[in-house]
Amino acid sequence: MSAPPRAAELGLIGCHVCGQVSRDPRRAGMACPRCGAPLHRRKTGSIARSWALLIAALILYLPANLLPIMRTVSLGDVDDNTILSGVVELWVKGSPGLAVIVFSASIVVPMMKFLVLGTLLLSVQRGSAWARQPRARLYRLVEFIGYWSMLDVFVVALLTALVQFGFFSLVEPLPGVVFFGLTVVLTMLASMSFDPRLIWDGRTDDE
Amino acid sequence: MTITASPMLICEHCDTVHRRRPLARGEVARCLRCGAVLERHQRFGVDGLLALVLAAMIVFVLANAWPIVTLGLNGQQVAARLWGVILTMWHDHSQVVAVLAAATLFFFPICKLLLLGWVLLCIRLGRIGEGFRRAMVLLHYVAPWTMSEVFVLGALVSIVKAHLYFDVTAEPGIYAYAALMVFITLFSGVDLHQLWDRAAERAA
Repeated sequence: MSAPPRAAELGLIGCHVCGQVSRDPRRAGMACPRCGAPLHRRKTGSIARSWALLIAALILYLPANLLPIMRTVSLGDVDDNTILSGVVELWVKGSPGLAVIVFSASIVVPMMKFLVLGTLLLSVQRGSAWARQPRARLYRLVEFIGYWSMLDVFVVALLTALVQFGFFSLVEPLPGVVFFGLTVVLTMLASMSFDPRLIWDGRTDDE
Repeated sequence: MTITASPMLICEHCDTVHRRRPLARGEVARCLRCGAVLERHQRFGVDGLLALVLAAMIVFVLANAWPIVTLGLNGQQVAARLWGVILTMWHDHSQVVAVLAAATLFFFPICKLLLLGWVLLCIRLGRIGEGFRRAMVLLHYVAPWTMSEVFVLGALVSIVKAHLYFDVTAEPGIYAYAALMVFITLFSGVDLHQLWDRAAERAA
């Protein structure tokens, strides 16, 4: 079976916003006739933008993990937790099942995003034809699960609002949570900026 | 502005051109090259979706008005509502978290519901104009930033964590959130591209 044609080969262009199929005008500054969004074959500056956002996210990711995200004061006991120690506490004292969920959302998902987006960007820059299907699938996975990392931020916010008993007990957010929230937003922006069409654009076409 | 339903589909993930064919109930069309979903059969018509949006709006109001969790210690009771959480973060602690929570749990979800309701009304009334077009483009950008479902999981984790030290109970707000989660899942299956086509059928 011959490979199905791609838009560029047929002189077509698909609107990135509404999906409308138009004839490729082959010049810049054209708008989609249906939704009015600018027409472009690939997301503009995809690789540079995606790298910049990813590196910024990586820089914020360090304090997000090293600094404590939440302080619990209970009858004079002060307990500062980082993301990882919070997971450990949940595993030991509370419910291992939830600990696994929090571990996945807060640690596995962000790490995976860094690895997957980094790999995608590098392979796309080299025009690699290696494992295109799996790479496309990984990108869709990252897009799909990325925002679940916000979990820990919401947990800290909820606990802070709940536990306000002055000297007896208190929950306070610590700077780590701000860095973590920003990391999640930046990685989301990084994966949105990446254009998965580039995976299939390599110098050598498949098969 | 010309609105037409296209006989072709271009995969958003790899730019492969496909000839469109009608889908049977429950059927999903996938890209031959990269395997991404091209389109799904849409279970709900415009009227059905409008009813769902209305129901989701009611649930959204309840989820925001009712307390989500209460905590009791030495006879004192503290109830947390979404806006209480946001304001606490804003006043006492970290504004960045407050802004993130307000945006992803309140403003973007409410925008999404209102915009979706608006475009469906436009299609139903056959008023496909500039307002419809702008709302559809906005919907495209707002969609990835609603995180109510993450908040439901966050509330569960908070209850378990707070339970280590305090007496906590889940309140009706959490059930309203759980219901909202179901609606959000239904709406995430709504294909904006196909809404454009419905608009085209109406305009024709």
